[in-house]
Amino acid sequence: MNDRTASNDGQQFDRLPATATDRVVAGRPTREEIIQWWNSRFGISPTIWDYHTFWEKGNGKIWAVAAEYVSPLPIEGVGLRILRTRQEHWKPSTNAVQRFGTHASKNVLTLEDEAALRFADGTDQSLPRWNGDWGYLIVAHKIAGKSEPIGVGLYLHDELRSTVPKGRREDLS
Amino acid sequence: MDPIERYATLIDDVTAFRDACARPLPSVVRVNTIKSSVGRTQEALNEANINYEPIGWHSGLFKLETNRPGISWPYFHGWLHGQEEVSVLPALAVDPDPGEIVWDACAAPGSKTTQLAALMDDTGVVIGNDNNLGRLSALRHNAERLGVTNLVVTNQDARNFSFNPFGGRTERANRIEAFDHALVDAPCSCEGTIRKNPDAFEQWSREHVMSVVAIQKDILRRAVQATRPGGTVVYSTCTFAPEENEGVVNHVLESESCRVVQWNPPAGFKTISGITHWDNESYDPSMELTHRVYPHHNDTGGFFCAKLEVTS
Repeated sequence: MNDRTASNDGQQFDRLPATATDRVVAGRPTREEIIQWWNSRFGISPTIWDYHTFWEKGNGKIWAVAAEYVSPLPIEGVGLRILRTRQEHWKPSTNAVQRFGTHASKNVLTLEDEAALRFADGTDQSLPRWNGDWGYLIVAHKIAGKSEPIGVGLYLHDELRSTVPKGRREDLS
Repeated sequence: MDPIERYATLIDDVTAFRDACARPLPSVVRVNTIKSSVGRTQEALNEANINYEPIGWHSGLFKLETNRPGISWPYFHGWLHGQEEVSVLPALAVDPDPGEIVWDACAAPGSKTTQLAALMDDTGVVIGNDNNLGRLSALRHNAERLGVTNLVVTNQDARNFSFNPFGGRTERANRIEAFDHALVDAPCSCEGTIRKNPDAFEQWSREHVMSVVAIQKDILRRAVQATRPGGTVVYSTCTFAPEENEGVVNHVLESESCRVVQWNPPAGFKTISGITHWDNESYDPSMELTHRVYPHHNDTGGFFCAKLEVTS
């Protein structure tokens, strides 16, 4: 069994159960749900995650990890934090979309140069032209001949909010 | 005590050595192959009109004219990481394969750790340990920016690192009980960092050297004990003091089951063999397989690097 402890413990990493029938900890998302979410929201193929395991630490924070370990894992850090769950709208992390967002086929918004610079420095901007879904988008720009994810945008009411965390914001102009 | 005088007998050209120590270090970045390729990164640097000079002995390193490499799109995307040229050596010496289990005993802030992760194609396990919790947050931040998923971070005293969090001494599936490789990039007196820390020599004292030697010996011993037979342990410092380099390796050869093995840096990077005599002490002849790096030979900081194989 993957999640061995009956409640969520913020001091350790617990491996996610494979499916709902394996779930022991109430509210804990499953591997299946994580993979489906990336697929339905961004069109990222489930096979992209074939070599990663998923872990929760704290309330709903999910990590993608390139190996298997005993669970729980009482250590400082493991893998890459990819997602915030246990809330109505799951929120992907900047580092997750930079690492895995290149595989996305929908809800990717590609910005022109000036708008991309504003997004990277954390500025919210008006965006009347977007016809895709509301909510969290992968925001990208063209660099070295291809589209590359910059981070996560929150699109609401013709406005694109930058969720680039303070420690990652940069004035690149 | 002037450390340059202390090592004059070891150095081929003391004037060139002294001059190099007085020059600032060039700004060097490493391409993070977990998120990009060398070619695409070069294309992005060209697009951004950032002047760079490839480093001949390593295709993934560039010297930049700017000393603020963080202010650029390639850096923002996690394609580049600032890393001193000479500090690329130890991970190359570890030479891990994808899927292996590697311990970085003194990992923060993580430039060598994330280089190990990239050399393993972001598969297997890199255990990045550091005893300093504040420095660990820098390691985690760097690893996340570079998109690393094969790193686990621990906050233990490396001298008595325990496998208990990984299921050691149990029969559980997926437990970790030994490393395939270990890197001990040890805390040291940092004489070799004089080019970026101009007061490194002023703070020098024999007492400080001897206090870090005790720690270095204990960390390297633990690394050898925790690595499987046939596995390898790389020991490196950024200092010239033989007490902290050959002296530490020699001590561990005598106390643990291991031997020094041959490893050579890529062609084009000049090193000098480790020494077998210093200050009335004699070291094992295999110290000649270890490497000393002096600042005037490759226009880098100073360094020491040894590779050991665990024999039983």
